[in-house]
Amino acid sequence: MSALNELSRLRGGKQESTDNKAAYLFLLPWLIGLLLITIGPMIASLYLSFTDYSLLAPPEWIGIKNYVRMMSDERLLNSLRVTFTYVFVSTPLQLALALAIAVLLNRGMRGLAFYRSVFYLPSLMGSSVAIALLWRQIFGTDGLVNQILRGLGWANPPGWIADPSTALYTIVLLHVWTFGSPMIIFLAGLRQIPNMYYEAASVDGASKWTQFWHITMPLLSPIIFFNLVLQIIGAFQSFTQAFIVSGGQGGPSDSTMFYSLYLYQKGFAQLDMGYAAAMAWLLVLIVGALTAVNFILSKFWVFYDD
Amino acid sequence: MTDLANQPVPAATTPVVRTPSKRRRVGGNPVTSILKHLALIAASVMMIYPLIWMIISSFRPTDTIFRNTGLNLSGLTTENYTFGWSALTYPFSHYLINSAIVVVGCIIGNLVSCSLAAYAFARLKFTGRPILFGIMLLTIMIPYHVVLVPQYILFQQFNWVNTFLPLIVPKMLATDSFFVFLMVQFIRGLPTELDEAARIDGCGHFSIFTRILLPLMVPALATTTIFTFIWMWNDFLSSLIYLTSPETYTVPLALRSFLDSSGQSNWGAMFAMSVVSLIPVFLAFLFGQRFLIRGIATTGIK
Repeated sequence: MSALNELSRLRGGKQESTDNKAAYLFLLPWLIGLLLITIGPMIASLYLSFTDYSLLAPPEWIGIKNYVRMMSDERLLNSLRVTFTYVFVSTPLQLALALAIAVLLNRGMRGLAFYRSVFYLPSLMGSSVAIALLWRQIFGTDGLVNQILRGLGWANPPGWIADPSTALYTIVLLHVWTFGSPMIIFLAGLRQIPNMYYEAASVDGASKWTQFWHITMPLLSPIIFFNLVLQIIGAFQSFTQAFIVSGGQGGPSDSTMFYSLYLYQKGFAQLDMGYAAAMAWLLVLIVGALTAVNFILSKFWVFYDD
Repeated sequence: MTDLANQPVPAATTPVVRTPSKRRRVGGNPVTSILKHLALIAASVMMIYPLIWMIISSFRPTDTIFRNTGLNLSGLTTENYTFGWSALTYPFSHYLINSAIVVVGCIIGNLVSCSLAAYAFARLKFTGRPILFGIMLLTIMIPYHVVLVPQYILFQQFNWVNTFLPLIVPKMLATDSFFVFLMVQFIRGLPTELDEAARIDGCGHFSIFTRILLPLMVPALATTTIFTFIWMWNDFLSSLIYLTSPETYTVPLALRSFLDSSGQSNWGAMFAMSVVSLIPVFLAFLFGQRFLIRGIATTGIK
């Protein structure tokens, strides 16, 4: 007995040490990447955020001056407003649409595969320059949308992209257009909900609406939450669409000057890299804080089975 | 790495096989059903119309694009394609090849490095695993911008600006944690008996990984391939920063230069090359959907 115990302990111990060596070998590329490509640069950018640096001369320590400058940088504050509007309008719209269509498509309806493909395709193309260029045409002053509107009798429709009050919303619409990928995930989640719940509810006389709020929503809420967190983080980093639609300038009158676009201009057009690093850390703080708030709020609406 | 907001998030392909519950066909009210289909068809048309309109417009002379909101097929010409193909510094094939090199490099990098890391996280017990796993999950959420400036400085010191290395090397080092996580989830769903049997037969970790797990991981590897392909094919921000000479331009940068050079005046050529740039994405979609649906089917959804 004791010999067996010892043997098994020996084997267990030995195995653990072999595992350590093997595990770190398997993890080697990832560890190098983590240190060199992720954590190292993060620390470097924290340092740079306290310096004045333009690539041409060595970084010069200036304390919190970059952060102080940010507080009074009108264009930066405006870019925050633009980005917050974009994130908090487009994310809920996109997810709500994804959920609505997923619920409609659920329950083995005819043509499901076709609809799913059609709705999914745009989300694979939405981040491309090609589609952003298309958007620039469609919502241009003489673009497709306005040609149709004129045909319908609206003599002078706004020049959607040229008009500062609407330009941002054309990009919001582009984001909503890519609702297909959360839809696919919602569809997958919906299929996990046992049919018997709905059957039981039907027997008890619950309407479709009641069933949606009392069965679908609670059981799907962890998936909705997961998507919400990731989509918000992603939306804060949006770049390509604003860059292309505004011709790289964030115009008209900075109405599509996304935070990441301004950061790019500061860092790579004006070579104000210390400032860009400070902006990047502010972004991390904002995204981190919002994610924390999301997690706190999730206690009130996300339902965990176990 | 890339602009995540509009990236397709791959549906998790876990190999857990559940017996598909019997599909419930709600016959229900035929009127409701027809209304539902009408609404969905209307929505489908709205979703796809811009794409189809762009394809047809790419065959129209530029001066008539703006006058045609419909899809009539008269007066089509291929001159936009011949003109657009050679409108930039290099023929468009040059940019297609550049993009292909980047994409292939990134796919190989992601497949190798992410699957290695995933094996360690999913199957091996080692000191520091919970912490490292937590860090790996956190890096999925870190905004790319925070590493943008120092990474640029680093790669500039290596003299890597205007090469494809800044785009490919990070993938070789598993910086796309998302795929590590996807593969960890997948491996966790595979029975451990197979590994144990192989270990008893004298296989080491490396042969268990290459001979037992990798062949079983094909669906997860396919998902990774397709999404890396689409993300990197569309990648704009990192290409914009690292590739500044036209010789190294990838397709998205080449498309953007239509805005600089011939300006908004030549929509025809721009549309034609946009269509060309979307063909590989569309093919990946056609080819990849099988894996998507298979992934969905194996999670008991079909």
